[in-house]
Amino acid sequence: MEYLAYAAFFLTLAMTFSIICLGLNVQWGQTGLFNVGVAAFVGVGAYTSVLLTTPATPDRIGGFGLPIAVGWIGAAGVSAVVSFLVGALTLRLRSDYLAITTFGIAIALQLCFQNIEVLTGGVFGVGFIPRAFGSVQANALLFNYANLALAAALVVVLYLVLEHLARSPWGRVLRAVREDEAAAQSLGKNPAALRLQAFALGGAIMGLAGAVQAHFVGFISPPNYLPMLTFQVWAMLIVGGSGNNMGAILGAVLVWAIWALSGSLISEVFPADQQARAASLQIVVIGVMLCLLLLWRPQGLLPERQTISKHLGTRHDT
Amino acid sequence: MSFQAIIDGLIAGTTIGLGAIGLTLTYSILRFANFTHGDFLAWGAYLTLSVSGFLGGLVASLGVTTPLGPFSFGWGLPVSLIIGITLTILLTMALDKLLFGRLRRRGADAIIIVMASFGASMALRSLLEFIYTANPQYLTRELQIAEPLGLGMRATPDQLLTIGLTAVLVVALNLFVTRTPMGRAMRAVSENPALAGVYGIEVQRVIRVTWIIGAGLACVAGVMSGLLVQIRPYMGFDLLLPLFAAAILGGVGSIPGAVIGGLIIGLAEAFAVQIFGAEWRAGVAFIVLVLVLLVRPTGLFGRPS
Repeated sequence: MEYLAYAAFFLTLAMTFSIICLGLNVQWGQTGLFNVGVAAFVGVGAYTSVLLTTPATPDRIGGFGLPIAVGWIGAAGVSAVVSFLVGALTLRLRSDYLAITTFGIAIALQLCFQNIEVLTGGVFGVGFIPRAFGSVQANALLFNYANLALAAALVVVLYLVLEHLARSPWGRVLRAVREDEAAAQSLGKNPAALRLQAFALGGAIMGLAGAVQAHFVGFISPPNYLPMLTFQVWAMLIVGGSGNNMGAILGAVLVWAIWALSGSLISEVFPADQQARAASLQIVVIGVMLCLLLLWRPQGLLPERQTISKHLGTRHDT
Repeated sequence: MSFQAIIDGLIAGTTIGLGAIGLTLTYSILRFANFTHGDFLAWGAYLTLSVSGFLGGLVASLGVTTPLGPFSFGWGLPVSLIIGITLTILLTMALDKLLFGRLRRRGADAIIIVMASFGASMALRSLLEFIYTANPQYLTRELQIAEPLGLGMRATPDQLLTIGLTAVLVVALNLFVTRTPMGRAMRAVSENPALAGVYGIEVQRVIRVTWIIGAGLACVAGVMSGLLVQIRPYMGFDLLLPLFAAAILGGVGSIPGAVIGGLIIGLAEAFAVQIFGAEWRAGVAFIVLVLVLLVRPTGLFGRPS
């Protein structure tokens, strides 16, 4: 029983990571934009949704007590706006300025989460976030599986929408811009606008994931959104296969499993006072893995598929 | 508002400026934004700390830690620093050989190399945390009195030394880059690597020299920061955004630009601490970065790309 409940808990979190990964795949996999501030966009979504849905409290602004669905939509919207602004600032410049600026906004937003206490609860975070299926919370098994079903359904819907988008004219132009900007431009496409759209869409999905995670766990605080999270999500996408939506989901589940297993192994093997130290080895392993993959198998487990318009029939050459 | 903020800002700015020189050189010559550069500062500080601890154990009787003149450290520290610089250079060379060099030869996109540097940075930083734990460490336990400088400003001899040392290093490096054949070769590679290669410049040698300068200065900056504040595994990561902001503010590729950018960021941070409080210090570099990208993306001394 306990294992079943834990499995559902684990998989629900893996689903929320899959959503972040799908968002990153729109930015990096489809469009080639390197976002080093994933954690910030997830965090903005989480805090937005929490502000909208928690009941009013005297020591905090916000707390509108709105339904969770409204929180989700708000989260995606606000994250999209933040990504749009960052994109508008940097996408016309050299490609790695986006990386540096997203790295910067992650640090700036982390400071905001920590210091604007009237909005975010400061370092103590916000608890008692309304949860989906909160009425069956007493039954852990039912509660966890209901949440898993919801998160999984969301992943499936997002997957279908994103696959459809990737095959749509919009998706094809996006890849054209990624592969050869000058050629796309000479065909009358506007690379800057397309990149900006993709970056904002990816940001919106990450914000949504942050909201889903916050409402599932029921508590958020600034340390949830450290650069560590960005790093994990990148490892997931590169392992799974950037450019492939199925790969993004597979990578998220796989890397999260490796992370959770090695974490419990460390708590078994090492004495309590050495565990923080041993946990840093986990990060070393993931970092080395990321570098080795970039060297030996940059396409990941599931490489990007050639997609062309469905109106042209199936391709025979590969 | 007190004039002390000027001194505090200049001192923090020298560390940022020295670190930013290496970053701006790798950025313009190897053509990628190196996210591991902050960790070179931290590794430089820890390597020097280890050497200095080893030296202290080896020849304790020779007074390696007896303070030199007005400073808080003995002759052990300068010696350790030189060994630390060598070790930091070896570390970056190894990283270039194992990772960046391979990706470069494969013709990987600059952005893939940036990503690899991001992964390597996480690994390097966590390795420090594993080896030395997250507890802060100190290069010296001596206390220093801040001497009055006039106008209500005070600074310790160590702090004045770091400002002086930075000035000497920057002038020497600028002479090297502008007056020697190697410096000319470096500028040529940063303009156009293929053309420089055709002209007979050994691009590999230029790359090696770039790492040597960058790693050496990173180690010096890390040790300075360790001497004046403390040594932590995250010290380099916390400096990374100020380093990038300084390099871009000064104009990518410009050595005086990186130093002036570093000083401006250091001063802006010191004044922000006085006005808004210390908890917002880390946000200053981001604001500067956004302003530069909005107003003048090529930086103060940068060429339009």
